[in-house]
Amino acid sequence: MERDNHQEGEAEGVRICDPPSESNPPADTLATSLSLLGNHMFPDPVERNDGTAVNKDESADSLPSDVTAEEESLDTEPHLNQVTKLDTEEEEETENSDCQDNVSTQLSDTGTEDAAIDNDQGDSGEFVVTMLAKAKLEEQGIGVKGRSSPLLEAGTPESPAFMSHRDEDVTADSWRQHRKHVFVLSEAGKPIYSRYGSEEALSSTMGVMMALVSFVQSGDNIIRSVYSEKHTVVFLQKGPLVLVCVSSSRQSERQLRGELLYVYYQIISMLTQASISRIFEHKKNYDLRRLLAGSEKILDGLLNLVDSDPSFLLEAVHCLPLASSLRDSLSQILQKAITPNLVFSILIARNQLLTIVQEKTVIEDTRLEPADVHLLLNLIGASSAFQAGEIWTPICLPLFNPDCYFYAYISYLDPPECTVCLLLLSTDKEAFYAVADCKRKIEEAMVAQNSLSLIAKVQSYSVSQVGVSDLRHFMYKPFDVPDNYRQLTQFTSPEMEAPYGSEEEKMRLLDLYRYMHSRIHSTSRPLKLIYHVAERETLLAWVTSKFELYTCFSPLVTKACAITAITKLLRWIKKEEDRLFIRYPPKYSTTPNPSKSSRGGKSDQQDSTDNGFLSLL
Amino acid sequence: MGENLRGGAQLQNDTLRKSLRTLKVKLVLLGSSGVGKSSLALRFSKDEFRRTSPTVGCAYLTRVVHLRNVTLRLEIWDTAGQEKYHSVTPLYYRGAQAALLVYDISKRETFIRAQVWLKELEKQYIPGSTVIWLVGNKGDLATHRQVSVEEGQSLANDRGLFFTEASALSGDQINELLLAIAHRVYECIGVQQEGLSEWKETPLVDLRNRDKSSRLASCC
Ligand SMILES: Nc1nc2c(ncn2[C@@H]2O[C@H](COP(=O)(O)OP(=O)(O)O)[C@@H](O)[C@H]2O)c(=O)[nH]1
Ligand SMILES: [Mg+2]
Repeated sequence: MERDNHQEGEAEGVRICDPPSESNPPADTLATSLSLLGNHMFPDPVERNDGTAVNKDESADSLPSDVTAEEESLDTEPHLNQVTKLDTEEEEETENSDCQDNVSTQLSDTGTEDAAIDNDQGDSGEFVVTMLAKAKLEEQGIGVKGRSSPLLEAGTPESPAFMSHRDEDVTADSWRQHRKHVFVLSEAGKPIYSRYGSEEALSSTMGVMMALVSFVQSGDNIIRSVYSEKHTVVFLQKGPLVLVCVSSSRQSERQLRGELLYVYYQIISMLTQASISRIFEHKKNYDLRRLLAGSEKILDGLLNLVDSDPSFLLEAVHCLPLASSLRDSLSQILQKAITPNLVFSILIARNQLLTIVQEKTVIEDTRLEPADVHLLLNLIGASSAFQAGEIWTPICLPLFNPDCYFYAYISYLDPPECTVCLLLLSTDKEAFYAVADCKRKIEEAMVAQNSLSLIAKVQSYSVSQVGVSDLRHFMYKPFDVPDNYRQLTQFTSPEMEAPYGSEEEKMRLLDLYRYMHSRIHSTSRPLKLIYHVAERETLLAWVTSKFELYTCFSPLVTKACAITAITKLLRWIKKEEDRLFIRYPPKYSTTPNPSKSSRGGKSDQQDSTDNGFLSLL
Repeated sequence: MGENLRGGAQLQNDTLRKSLRTLKVKLVLLGSSGVGKSSLALRFSKDEFRRTSPTVGCAYLTRVVHLRNVTLRLEIWDTAGQEKYHSVTPLYYRGAQAALLVYDISKRETFIRAQVWLKELEKQYIPGSTVIWLVGNKGDLATHRQVSVEEGQSLANDRGLFFTEASALSGDQINELLLAIAHRVYECIGVQQEGLSEWKETPLVDLRNRDKSSRLASCC
């Protein structure tokens, strides 16, 4: 987790606003003043206050992921001790599902106080911001209730929304009740994207956000987040773009900011960072929707995935479980179909990775970041445009290099079903025909080996295969260990089955995982292990230097049982490793030094300024 | 054009006419977004209609058309959003033997746009090297018509274009249009020396030995 780029992004944000206050984000200041709006907040310093309970026990680390059965039984003991200790030290959370509410309520009062003490700068300034916000809202007659902003006052969400709602009436209650709103605007306040409702209808709302952001910016400060009882509002500024999330999902600020960063990256993947900067340098109030027209679906799809697919939370890739012999044979097919400047060959089935082959020198240089893979998978999953013919499109992998394009060849191998998709990335924009030839080669080899029908039979796995009765679901993410150094970060997880079969229940479980994740990764008080007894299930999250694990058990499982179960689970994963993960991502060599050209070589930098590619989007 | 190019799946069935020459024709679709370019391309290539998302990048589709004494392999290029960037369109339509200028008969502004496109095209093309076809799409939306058949026809007459009203949705006039395009391209261009290049199903050999000098007709 320490190396992830999202954190880097965040750190950057912190630096921009207020260098010395890492532990005391400027948000606190602002949130304090915004509490004038009738909102509460519960910033990190509070959690630090009751720090007596902070558990820094590291014994969890002593259990390596690859231990043998004997070692494991030995290690279970200290581990159990730890859990007990956690219990006595307030970690026992026999709460119902609205535990988060309790936490926030408890914390908010002290929190406000604390922040007020910690931040003595710019009180009047923030007060003005608050007034400004109110004034604007009143002026524009958006249902202002008392002293709060309409966004913060939105009702409790009923169920997650999965559809695109471009034509929604933004004055209706239903609009406010969406679980998570996301807005993108330019620094000049021009609307660029709104998850629900058209950006036009929302321009006044966006105007308010922009007023807040710009006002605070002028005081060398940056709004990071605002909390209310029911909502969290997170701001993220990246270059000339401002991204805002209004969420009632109870996720942590950090998680929400990570999600906004994905949205930013998806925009970058279509336009590149360099061209966005250039456009806004030339014309501050440029309407970026002109370039993103037709791509709204891709952003909608991303946000739906972010809500429903834990890959984004875990910052890891989920591959389809596959007999290693089949995966190897697919990899070999890809390895043999190459052409100069081809850098990645990716085979996808039902929006999950089957295999990925990488150009040798490129991958010596750097690793392929999960976020870049997520963006590619989303692009393909979110648009049906790839189902007709062969597609050739410029695409930027923002974490690989935010300023230059790759050229993606995308084609389904099994029309008209369109479940198996081939994605070939080249650094050469003229390589369409050569890359298309690679596809024919791959197609032929797959016919010869009957690969498509073998792939069609592949299924995700059921947790019952683990053979632990109380275990309902889990997510396991191994970290880098020497033998997979520089490999794609992956995780494995079984299907969500009953009682998590329905969309609502799936989302509820994911929310519990998100909560556990935010606790484990709390910046002020990171935890190694959390045993959380919820109303309808018991969860155990555990992070070591080797892996991160989230497990969900039936409610009445005892701690001892849970620990035994985890021991069994780890053993099972070890046994199934070859099937669950892409163990040794295969490579090929297509070009003397593609890494140079694709990572910021002069000529490719110029590519990003070539309107020709923009025009395709 | 790329030299080592091989056929789409539909070509494999095409054993009957082995004795005939197969010539490659590059066909590009131009017009405002939403007029139905992708839908027309899908009709041409697979005789299907589907509601799909806006095009991402360029889509490449093929269709083989048999004429009396020649077989044409149409390589259809359909792109997204390029209407905003007239400056770069030459990249896309460079080397095209046929350009379909599409508008939506139920949206007048797309007809106006088509005329702007035409100006661009005329700047780029040597007369006689490209067959330009004005296509009024969404003929099924006759009740919402904003551009009359006469207007379309008279624009075509004035500028020396071919003209057809069609519907990607109903399939009306699609095959007629395709055949007519094939005939015209073969007549106007095919007969000229080197006007159309022969298409061969090249075996998959030595992809690494790419002919750098071959001009790729990639739209990008
Ligand atoms: N009624 C009608 N709708 C069509 C026709 N052709 C395309 N459409 C619809 O028009 C919209 C835009 O079509 P599309 O092919 O994506 O247009 P493009 O942007 O020019 O590629 C889609 O909703 C299509 O379903 C047609 O012939 N008749
Ligand atoms: Mg299209």
